[in-house]
Amino acid sequence: MSHARRERWIAFIMVLPSILLLALFVYGFIGWTAAVSLSKWDGVEPNYSWAGLENFRLLFSKVGGVSARRFSIDLWNTLFFTLFFLLLCIIVGLFLAILLDQKIRGEGVFRTIYLFPMSLSFVVTGVVWRWIFAPGAGTRLRGVNALLHAIGLNALRWKWYTDTSSFGPFHVALTPVIIAASWQLIGYTMAMYLAGLRSIPEELREAARVDGASEVKIYRHIILPMLQPITLSALIVLGHISLKIFDLVYTMTGKGPGFVTDVPGIFMFETTFQGNHYAQGATISIIMLLMVAVVIIPYLIYSFRREVEL
Amino acid sequence: MFKKYMWYVVMAALLVASILLVACGGAQAPTVTPQPTKPPVATKASQPTAAPATGGKLEIFSWWTAGGEAEGLNAMYKIYNGKYPNVKIVNATVAGGAGSNAKAVLATRMQSGDPPDSFQVHAGHELIDSWVKAGKMEPVTSIFKENGWLDRYPKGVIDILSYKGEIWSVPVNIHRSNVLWYNKKVFADNGLKPPTTFDEFFAVADKLKAAGVTPLALGDNGIWTANHLMESVLLGSMGPEKYKGLWDGSTDWNGPEVKSALTTFAKVMNYVNEDHAALSWDQAAQLVADGDAAMTIMGDWAEGYFKSIKLKPGVDFGWVPSPGTAGTFIMLSDSFGLPKGAPDRDNAIAWLTVCGSKEGQDAFNPLKGSIPARMDGDRSLYDVYLQSAMDDFKTNKIVPSLTHGAAASEGWVTAFSDVMTLFVSDKDVAAAQQGMTKACVDAGVCK
Repeated sequence: MSHARRERWIAFIMVLPSILLLALFVYGFIGWTAAVSLSKWDGVEPNYSWAGLENFRLLFSKVGGVSARRFSIDLWNTLFFTLFFLLLCIIVGLFLAILLDQKIRGEGVFRTIYLFPMSLSFVVTGVVWRWIFAPGAGTRLRGVNALLHAIGLNALRWKWYTDTSSFGPFHVALTPVIIAASWQLIGYTMAMYLAGLRSIPEELREAARVDGASEVKIYRHIILPMLQPITLSALIVLGHISLKIFDLVYTMTGKGPGFVTDVPGIFMFETTFQGNHYAQGATISIIMLLMVAVVIIPYLIYSFRREVEL
Repeated sequence: MFKKYMWYVVMAALLVASILLVACGGAQAPTVTPQPTKPPVATKASQPTAAPATGGKLEIFSWWTAGGEAEGLNAMYKIYNGKYPNVKIVNATVAGGAGSNAKAVLATRMQSGDPPDSFQVHAGHELIDSWVKAGKMEPVTSIFKENGWLDRYPKGVIDILSYKGEIWSVPVNIHRSNVLWYNKKVFADNGLKPPTTFDEFFAVADKLKAAGVTPLALGDNGIWTANHLMESVLLGSMGPEKYKGLWDGSTDWNGPEVKSALTTFAKVMNYVNEDHAALSWDQAAQLVADGDAAMTIMGDWAEGYFKSIKLKPGVDFGWVPSPGTAGTFIMLSDSFGLPKGAPDRDNAIAWLTVCGSKEGQDAFNPLKGSIPARMDGDRSLYDVYLQSAMDDFKTNKIVPSLTHGAAASEGWVTAFSDVMTLFVSDKDVAAAQQGMTKACVDAGVCK
């Protein structure tokens, strides 16, 4: 008995440092940020006098003027960015995984190639994508536009991330950013799906084949349903990346003319560290945290329940 | 079996070590780069007015890490070390982001009561609204008086440095914001003269457009260059007195002058390169250098860029004040201040004395590519453009730059940027005017 108790103590002491560090550097600072978001801290000098939810009101109501307009554009951009980014990653990632699962030769090479972009920093790829999609003009076309011109597809040339047109609240300038982000994380999604596919016992497929199911039917009725947990994990991981994206957009396009490629992260950075509006910056951070929480918390509850059931 | 176990231990140790290294590197490397101190060469301090700086250290904080500005800073260090050989200079620089990274580090240090002995800051409201109003700075008026500098600097500069009757920093250089740079060959080929008013500008621009040349190059990725263009347009359409009034609330942001400036700006945007939102200011200058575009409105650091790509001032490229602003000089300035609680106050005062001296400024500015903030700089050290800027600086009306921290607080500039970001895309004059009016009210200047 005393032995078991001692083990428990040792285990506790072993995880204590990380608990303390987490408590201080994650939850402590989240708490501090929340406190700042409810304060009147505007300027370089800290000012913790109580402002209530005023900072939140200014971001969401017309009284906030340009800030409120910028923030609503940011939220729409985040929504569309997340939506298309997730769709692209899931669909193309699954497709690549299924291709790689066909026991082809040189699978390791392809897997590495597809997975490789993920190992690069968003800052690095952001700069390169910025060059690739730089529109240029007239006789000095650049990047993709120069390529399209060279192969005679001038009709497809457009202003890429500097285009200010939109369909309703969707800014077309987001497209290059979505392509860049997806390019980087499709390989990761593929790896997850590939692991999922490999964990499906071959017997299941064999049995289905014996029962006369076509390959399409096997995927439709056996494999895809069994991949559901993978899809969920992928959505969570990719979703929280896209909801708080900053580095890729910041290095690739910045906020763009008319905020066409702006996201809350860039707004938060600029208002805090260039405008010294600390309270407003903290408010945006808290809203971003809440957005991610909306995605993560149901997932955590779901997986805890499953663990208990198991 | 045992071998495998050992491998894990080694790998884990390496990982921990690398994490530690990264952590230390992150904290240390960007903030403090020790300056190799020169062995004492010159004789004792010759200036009796300087505070007795006999030993210890001097920590100077700036974002001048590369190129001419770093060389200029080192030239001033050399002078300082010549006068005070026993003071060890600590060159604390933070690279990147045109100073925005440095400002964030500075804010952290100031808030935690650990100021450097002196730090680089844009003269004017960037200093005053951020640090002076917060009570973190000591006035430097006495340094100006003791050295007899008050009549060595133009009154317009002293006004920009002052708040509540005191001077708050020592400027080391002056840049001009309202300069129109043009490609001489393009203008000669089309038989054009550089425009002096906006009417002339639009006439010239129409001809250039017809000839297939982009009239005005703009690279407003990151929007500050659009602000930069806007301040020239504001000044050009309302004149220096009204322009100055914008920053103290005496000119109405909702009035007809601002409206006409915004209308002009919207019209100017029809003549800029289509890909302006994808470029930076130097890429825009490159368009002018290549002859793809004829003109660009940019501060006089553009001259440094042109020279760095081997163009000759006055031969390959020319300059005039931006349209409608002849006789006015929009200035911005890098300056050094004296934070309260500077650990080596006497050394810092001696440093500020070097910064403001003719010797210090004539060492710094030819390397940085700017003009001295004093009126008595040695003309022979400067190139033909800078000489013309020195002449204008002495005779013109001097007004502060918005974009570069002289006219308004950083919060105001950020709000103005947001308005401009929308304006360059939708060109909605009424909305922009409303946004700018609100920005002035939010900054606490307008009622």
